[in-house]
Amino acid sequence: MSAPTSAHEHPAARALAGRHRIRLWEIIPWLLAIAFYFAFPRYLGFGTELLVTILFAISLDLALGYAGIVTLGHAAFFGAGAYTAGMLAFHHIWSEPITGLIAAAVVAGAVGLGSGLVLLRTTGLTLLMLTLCTMALLEEAANLGGHYTGGFDGLPGIDIPPLFGMFEFNPLYPRVQYLYVLGVLFVCFVFVRTLVYSPFGQSLTGIRENTLRMHAVGAPVRVRLIVCYTISAAIAGVAGALWAQSNAYVNLSTLGLDRAATVLIILVLGGYGRLYGAFVGAVAYMALSHFLSKYFPTAWQLGLGLLLVVIALFARNGILGIFETLQRRIGIKRPSP
Amino acid sequence: MADALELKSVSAGYGETVVIEDINLAIKAGESISVIGRNGVGKTTLLATVMGHTALHAGTLALNGRDLARVPPYRRALAGLGFVPQEREIFPSLTVLENLEVGARAGHWTKERVFELFPNLKERLSNMGNQLSGGEQQMLSIARALLTNPTVLLMDEPTEGLAPVVVETLTAVLLRLRGESDLSIILVEQNSRVAFEFSTRTLVMDKGRVVYDGESATLRDDPERLAKLIGVSE
Repeated sequence: MSAPTSAHEHPAARALAGRHRIRLWEIIPWLLAIAFYFAFPRYLGFGTELLVTILFAISLDLALGYAGIVTLGHAAFFGAGAYTAGMLAFHHIWSEPITGLIAAAVVAGAVGLGSGLVLLRTTGLTLLMLTLCTMALLEEAANLGGHYTGGFDGLPGIDIPPLFGMFEFNPLYPRVQYLYVLGVLFVCFVFVRTLVYSPFGQSLTGIRENTLRMHAVGAPVRVRLIVCYTISAAIAGVAGALWAQSNAYVNLSTLGLDRAATVLIILVLGGYGRLYGAFVGAVAYMALSHFLSKYFPTAWQLGLGLLLVVIALFARNGILGIFETLQRRIGIKRPSP
Repeated sequence: MADALELKSVSAGYGETVVIEDINLAIKAGESISVIGRNGVGKTTLLATVMGHTALHAGTLALNGRDLARVPPYRRALAGLGFVPQEREIFPSLTVLENLEVGARAGHWTKERVFELFPNLKERLSNMGNQLSGGEQQMLSIARALLTNPTVLLMDEPTEGLAPVVVETLTAVLLRLRGESDLSIILVEQNSRVAFEFSTRTLVMDKGRVVYDGESATLRDDPERLAKLIGVSE
């Protein structure tokens, strides 16, 4: 046997170190987000909504893109988080925003864990329908529990105290909300990025690609799927709570099929299983929706539909997939994992 | 001392369908055996049954004395079963390194050791699984299984569909693996030449049953009997 090379010289060690390294271009989305704050002060409401949507899409990407859990009911967790933060504040039980987010994450995570224990025994179409049913059940529960949830009208005018006791949330000039949501998005993103590049994240990719094979290498597939689903639900809950806090109201739309379908479309548009697909997809979808509805108020969804058809036909890996194909064609080397 | 792997009167298959019947097999620690037979006689099903991917209808399976009958596949892997599937089944979206790490556990087999066995893989660490040739994928599949540090390694036709030169390389690797660190190996192989070279003991299966369990040399030296058992001569 040859003499072992030193730990740092070994190609495996180099590749491992490189996998976690932050690439220079990864700073760009964050710089753009900060630039947006200064460049478009009148659009910070739109920007805040965009950032919340990105976080929601990242949570779905973890479940769908990495673990291959097909779901059409992710808004269940978004809504669970939104209603948790909203109800705690509305009923004057707890309104401090950051701990409100933690409470939302715990509740949404618990919903994810409880439903995941049952749902993740199934796959494919059955799983898809059951996730949809879970969301519909929660939506109806929120509708029926009007005394606590405000029912069909929701909970308007939630009073959120200043962040750190200093920075006031102003619904008309949402500067604080924008920076607050950006900060939370950054923290959650770093967490998810670390997770997907960890051995746990690799095993999720393995499960998505070949469940039997993962069983054969000793991975407890179901447990890992449930853990992933729970984490994903908790992050979706944080997104929902951010939405409730920044808009100062909660309604049934947070638990609706519209929201669940939109985030799925965003992920398909940007490219799932890529982390940054959530950013690209959300920006593309929301910017297009915004401008198309402004200039073609009666037919703006046609434009979005056409774009989706084009993506589905010619770019199965979404907008980021197009860039990757172009990179390959012009011979740019893929960065080390 | 308990056998590394022991099957007693095992009948198994897919759902209600019985594919293998009344299989009795015992392998000692460090022992290697080959399993040969015509297509569709149940060789792959035998390995799948040991891994827990089929429905066990009757009989018992034990790994190092531990009953496996009700143990799910991932716990069997953790208990010391390694599996190299026929289709290689590399994870295409993971790099070579990630494919190796995904099930790696501490033990005799380290990355250093598998790179000694398969130097090609060391050069391809950051390539994606789907960027490898068939031979490299097979090497990766074997390396991935070795890194789980199994006590019993199941290999399902590792040379199938590979170029002759790659078959030579892989056969050399298989020979090196024999008896390494008390590793027991069951090699399912269509190529009887490779099978006889690999192990001194060979099992022949036919219609879901073991019809021969004995010396490889006896079969190799008796082409008529071999032809009768598997329908071809060497």
